[in-house]
Amino acid sequence: MSIMKTLTVSALALAVSAPAALAEWQPRKPVEFIIMAGTGGGADQIARLLQGLIEKKNLSPRPFIPINKPGGSGAEALRYLQDKAGDDHTVMMTLNSFYTTPIIQEDLGVDVTQFTPIGLMAMDTFLLWVNTDRDDINDLDSYVAAVKGAGLDWKVGGTGSGQEDSVLTAMMEAAFDYEVTYIPFPGGGTVAKNLIGNQIDSTVNNPSEQMEFYRAGNSKPLVQFTGERMEAFPDTPTAKELGVDIEYYMQRSVNGPPGMSEEAVVWYTNLFQELFNSQEWQDFCTSDGLTCDNFLNGADLGEFHATQVVAHKNLIEQVGAEAITGE
Amino acid sequence: METILVSLAGGLLQAFEPLNLFMIFAGCLAGLFVGCMPGLGSVNGVAILLPVTFLVPPTAAIIFLAALYYGAMYGGAISSITLGIPGASTAVATVFDGRPMAQQGKADKALMAAAIASFIGGTVSIILFTLFAPPLAAFALKFGPQEEFALMLLAFATFIGLGGDDIPKTIFSILLGLVMAAIGFDIISGQPRMIFFDMVEFQRGIGFLVLAIGIYGIGEMLWTLESTKGKVQMHSVNITWARMKENFGQIKDYINSTWVGSVLGFFVGTLPAAGATPASLMSYGLSKTFSKDPDSFGKGNVAGVAAPEAANNAASTGSMLPMITLGIPGSPTTAILLGGMIIWGLRPGPLLFTESPDFVWGLIGSMYIANVATVLLNLALIPVFIRVLAMPFTLLTPIIFMLCVLGVFATTDRMFDTWIMLILGVGGYLLRKLNYPVAPAVLAIVLGPLAERSLRQSLISSQGDVTTFITRPISLTCVILALLLISYPLIQKFIRARKANETAA
Repeated sequence: MSIMKTLTVSALALAVSAPAALAEWQPRKPVEFIIMAGTGGGADQIARLLQGLIEKKNLSPRPFIPINKPGGSGAEALRYLQDKAGDDHTVMMTLNSFYTTPIIQEDLGVDVTQFTPIGLMAMDTFLLWVNTDRDDINDLDSYVAAVKGAGLDWKVGGTGSGQEDSVLTAMMEAAFDYEVTYIPFPGGGTVAKNLIGNQIDSTVNNPSEQMEFYRAGNSKPLVQFTGERMEAFPDTPTAKELGVDIEYYMQRSVNGPPGMSEEAVVWYTNLFQELFNSQEWQDFCTSDGLTCDNFLNGADLGEFHATQVVAHKNLIEQVGAEAITGE
Repeated sequence: METILVSLAGGLLQAFEPLNLFMIFAGCLAGLFVGCMPGLGSVNGVAILLPVTFLVPPTAAIIFLAALYYGAMYGGAISSITLGIPGASTAVATVFDGRPMAQQGKADKALMAAAIASFIGGTVSIILFTLFAPPLAAFALKFGPQEEFALMLLAFATFIGLGGDDIPKTIFSILLGLVMAAIGFDIISGQPRMIFFDMVEFQRGIGFLVLAIGIYGIGEMLWTLESTKGKVQMHSVNITWARMKENFGQIKDYINSTWVGSVLGFFVGTLPAAGATPASLMSYGLSKTFSKDPDSFGKGNVAGVAAPEAANNAASTGSMLPMITLGIPGSPTTAILLGGMIIWGLRPGPLLFTESPDFVWGLIGSMYIANVATVLLNLALIPVFIRVLAMPFTLLTPIIFMLCVLGVFATTDRMFDTWIMLILGVGGYLLRKLNYPVAPAVLAIVLGPLAERSLRQSLISSQGDVTTFITRPISLTCVILALLLISYPLIQKFIRARKANETAA
């Protein structure tokens, strides 16, 4: 009863306070907020935080409903968005598999440069993690030694062949000249849990996925794959400091299906720009080691995607698609 | 122990605050509604009502959402029993016996059993939660891919009991379900597979609800039409006080199934990625396998209603455990709750218990109250629910048909799935005519993807060595239990045959 009342009152308040906004495009039904990864992972946490902020700040007249489509390293989500061409009520939280999955799976029939770029929310980072039980591993050298000693018995957990963590794992295999067994899990959260439970030996999780276990003393970072040390991890060296040339980031951008109407693009861009500028988002970025300096949108983001696609094509050629898919 | 009791008392007191108490009742009512509407499950309910919670403090908010989750578990049973279409995926197993009971004029009994079993399941589960949360979280971590697969093997073993005597037909039905589960993307390599006629729509696979609603909604409707030639007289029941009392007295008929379902549901629920649907199906299978009268299952055995209902409520509480202690949701609904918690500034993980005790214990306290609230609401509303059955068949059938179509379209938003649902409905009806059990196919489509993933993960990590399943203690235990379960009906059959021989001789 009181819920209905609150809803009616807030709806009335909205109608009174924003008559000018009525002329603009607005969602007319709930917006599907697709996440191309499983629950508990970095993309999922971010999407759910954004969805909550949208509701909390009352930024949309209709709710955003987060839907996870982790299948086939994001292939399911990409295909879904492609099939939604022209739809104004679907947006997707993407990660780097946005680039890698269509390259590796040519028969998917998805060209991400056709999608509608909306906004780049953050650049996420990667660290190399092991369980704190591993007393024998305290830095990169002891890690490499342990992996080489274990050979294929060394199990690296990740979110799927062709996902960014498998790319990074392949890059490390090439740089250190070792081979590991890569086990795919349905999301970064599950990967983190399996590291803590000692089901796998190491991961390259994003900070947000390991943060709570790290704070509880269950896992430890060895190396960060960033240009400079992050505020959140002042004592962990970067790979470059140690003389290993690996720097790799994950883009966290929101994109719509191909052929979204211009009015809708404007509305979504404003929405995500506002979220980007919010205190809550910037605080989250600091605490979870995300870089959120620049909100790219429109043609700029499209260009960014295009360069990333090329960069990933080269990367995959370098390490070999087989190294990534494990075939 | 003492600290647990003190914290729990604090939590209960908190739950009794007027705002929180109101949130519990509002949540339960909303949950009942979304639960009983096909296509509107607790996932949608929690997602849609999440914004409401930003108006109140975090503890009240999670209490509301948890109560809604709970209420939906109860609500799912209502449409399963009265209409024969599962209101939510968690309530599919409730249809197996709930529907036949309604047709025999025992809808009130079925609803009552569902409510009471749900209450017991929820309560047992929350007590286990209160006492053993930290050690259970540690136990959940021991579950690697090998253990997950062994558990799935155990779940499949309960199927054998589900199919009745005709084991080849049961296996056929399981395989049919597994084939449908395999449509879509290969979960390891990400390549599309089993894309029939190269239709891109198949890339998204066949959802579990599409199959369940098709078989139980449409298939059942066709079956009823044929078997009665349209002259159906639904049995409405007059609820009297005496009848209510009589129904209460029948608890002993299903209390054992209820205990088993409660404990099983809780444990399955605590394992990340399992959730309430597999729990309820496994509970049904177990209850049938160990019943004195397994043949009456599927024909209106009240234990067949109680077992899955106890398990799905127990599992919904259980799945809060990995969410709170590990930050990993045990079900799609808790994934949304997790999102809510992040917005309220709470970071679920191993430190939540120590850093936000008020929140955690307030939630736990509210679950006790929510259980009582929901069972009371439910019992009070039974007379209202069974009014549905007083409707003439000519009116009810079109409504069921519409709800099936709407339910599928609302969940997947694709006409393609709606067509598939109709086709599967006709297929299910034909299978039924040929005496194939359809329940195993439904179970296989739920468990297939989980089993496939864990099997392949295990084999990748052991580099193809299958002994990995029997060299790990937990996994080995599950494998042995599964083998026992598979052989149990066979042994039983053998013994019965011998007895029959002896009497004949």
